[in-house]
Amino acid sequence: MSTDYILETQHLTKEFRGFTAVDGVNLKIVRGSIHALIGPNGAGKTTVFNLLTKFLPVTAGRIIYNGRDITAEKPAQIARRGVIRSFQISAVFPHLTVMENVRVALQRKLGTSFHFWKSDASLTHLNDRAMQLLDEVDLTRFADIETVALPYGRKRALEIATTLAVDPELMLLDEPTQGMGHEDVGRVVELIRKVSANRSVLMVEHNMSVVANLCDTITVLARGAVLAEGPYAEVSKNPQVLEAYVGSSEMEIV
Amino acid sequence: MDKRTKILYGILLAGAVIAPFVGGYPLFLMSALCFALFACAFNLLIGFTGLLSFGHAMFFGMAAYFCGHAAKVWGLTPELAVLIGTAGAAAMGYLVGWLAVRRQGIYFAMVTLALSQMVYFICVQAPFTGAEDGLQNVPRGKAFGLINLQSTPHDPLFGVIPVSDDIVMYYFVLALFLLGFGVIYRAIYSPFGQVLKSIRENEPRALSLGYDVDKYKLMAFVLSAALAGMAGALKALSVGAASLTDVSWQMSGEVVLMTLLGGMGTILGPVLGATTIITMQNYLAGFGSWVTIIMGVTFVVCVLAFRRGIVGEIAYRLKR
Ligand SMILES: Nc1ncnc2c1ncn2[C@@H]1O[C@H](COP(=O)(O)OP(=O)(O)O)[C@@H](O)[C@H]1O
Ligand SMILES: [Mg+2]
Repeated sequence: MSTDYILETQHLTKEFRGFTAVDGVNLKIVRGSIHALIGPNGAGKTTVFNLLTKFLPVTAGRIIYNGRDITAEKPAQIARRGVIRSFQISAVFPHLTVMENVRVALQRKLGTSFHFWKSDASLTHLNDRAMQLLDEVDLTRFADIETVALPYGRKRALEIATTLAVDPELMLLDEPTQGMGHEDVGRVVELIRKVSANRSVLMVEHNMSVVANLCDTITVLARGAVLAEGPYAEVSKNPQVLEAYVGSSEMEIV
Repeated sequence: MDKRTKILYGILLAGAVIAPFVGGYPLFLMSALCFALFACAFNLLIGFTGLLSFGHAMFFGMAAYFCGHAAKVWGLTPELAVLIGTAGAAAMGYLVGWLAVRRQGIYFAMVTLALSQMVYFICVQAPFTGAEDGLQNVPRGKAFGLINLQSTPHDPLFGVIPVSDDIVMYYFVLALFLLGFGVIYRAIYSPFGQVLKSIRENEPRALSLGYDVDKYKLMAFVLSAALAGMAGALKALSVGAASLTDVSWQMSGEVVLMTLLGGMGTILGPVLGATTIITMQNYLAGFGSWVTIIMGVTFVVCVLAFRRGIVGEIAYRLKR
C-alpha cells in the first residue's frame, strides 16, 4: 500500500514581479505526522503557508488536499475543509475576551453566523466547550479578561486553543515558539505533541531542539527551493544544509 | 445588559418621550433623531466592523430623494415612502459594498468617496432631484392613511396638552428611530455581530478560521446603508425637503465627526455625538460661517482630550 498523504504540492511556485520566492516545491505530508519546514530567513516558508491557504494566489503548480485539487479554492473554503493556519506574529482578537476568542471559532459550525436578528445569548451553550479548550492550554483562569492583556506566551497558547476549536485536520503553525521564553517553549511543545495525536501538523520552526524532538520529517527550504528532506538525524548532517545556514545564527544544532 | 444600563436606557427613552413638552422644539428633536440614527448606522461599520466609509451621505441623501419622490410625486403614505427610501439605500449599499469590500483600509474609504462623488454629480444633473433647488414641499401625508402628520393648527389634547402635528410627526420619527436603533443594537449583540467584531480585530485570522470575511462585510455594509437611508428618508419628511446638501461629501464628513466625537464602537456614542453637533449648529447658526470654525475647534479639542470619544471615555473610566 502506498503512503497516505494528507497534503501534496506539485511544483508549487510563487513569483513576485520576477522574483521567485517559492520555486517548484514538491511537499508531501504524511497523514498523522508532524512535518517541519525549516530554512534561513527569507527562504519562502511563510510564503508557502500563504500559498497553501490561498492567502496569496499561486503562480504555478498544484495543491492536492485529501486527494482533491484545491489550487483554485478560496481561503475561507480551504479553512472549512480543515486546513487551519496560524501566523508568524500572534493572531488573536485583542479586544474580545479570552473566552470569546475561542467561541468565535466554535460558532462557525452552528451555521447562524449571518443571523443578525438573533441574540448572542444563543451562543452561551458554547461556553462549556470553549472552557474545555481553554483548559487544554491552561488558560481557564484568564477566560474573562480582555485578550490584549495576556502575556505573549499565553497569547500563542490561546491561538492554538482557537485553532483547535474548529477541529482542523491539518494545522499549519508558523513559528509557534518564536519570541518565547524557555518555559513557554516547553509548554507549547508539549501542547503541540498532545494536539497532534489525531491530526497532521506542518510547522515552521527555527528552534532546532524543538524540531529534533517533535517532528517526524523535515523539509529544508533555501531560496524558495527544497534543499533536503528526511528525518532530523539525516538532515542535520547534510553538508548542503549546514552550508545554507553558514553565517546565520538561526540553526542551533543540538 | 446589566441593571445600570437598563436604567440608563429607561431614562433616555422617558426623556425622548416627554421632550417636546418640556421645551424641545419638535423640528429640532426630529433632526437630532435622524442624525443620531445616521451616525448609529455609520458606527456599525466603523466601530464594529472596522470599515471607514467616506461616502455614507450617498445613502442618506439618495434615500431622502427616493422618499421625497414617493411622497410627493407618487402620493404614497409616509411609512411607505420611508420604506422605499430605506429599500433604495439598501440596494445601493449592495452595489457599492460589492465594489468596495474587496479593498482594504484607505482604498476602501477611497472607493466609497469616489462613488459618492459620482452619485452627487448624478444628483446635480438628474431631473428628479430638482438640482440646486432640491425637492421642496415634500408632504408628510397621513401615516397608515390615518394619522395626519401635516402641520395644521390644532386644539389642545384633552383641552390642556398643546399638540401640533409636528409633535405627532416627532413620535412617528421617534418610533422609527427606536426601530432602527433596535436593529443595530440586536445586530451588534448577535452571532453575526461577534463575527464582525472578530473581523474588526483581526481580519486574516477570521479568514483563516473559515469565515468568508467579504460576505460578512458586505452584509454589514448593506445593513448600514439601509439604516442610513431610513435616517435620510425620515429627515426628508420631517423638514419637507431633500437637497444636494444631503448627498454632499460634507455630509459624509459630518457623520464621521459625530461618531468620533461621541465614541466609535460604543452604543450610545453616535447618538450623543449627533445630538451635540446638531445642537451646536442650531445655537451657533447666528455666527454664520464661523460655525464651521467653532465646530472644528471643538472637535479638535475633544479628540485631543478624549481620544475614545465622549461615551468611550466615560465607559473607559468606569471600567477602571
Ligand atoms: N507579498 C510579497 N511581495 C513581495 N515579496 C514578498 C512578499 N512576501 C514575501 N516576499 C519575499 O519572499 C521571500 C520569502 O519570504 P518569506 O516567505 O516571508 O520567508 P520566510 O518565512 O522563510 O522567512 C522574501 O525575500 C520576501 O521578501
Ligand atoms: Mg516567515
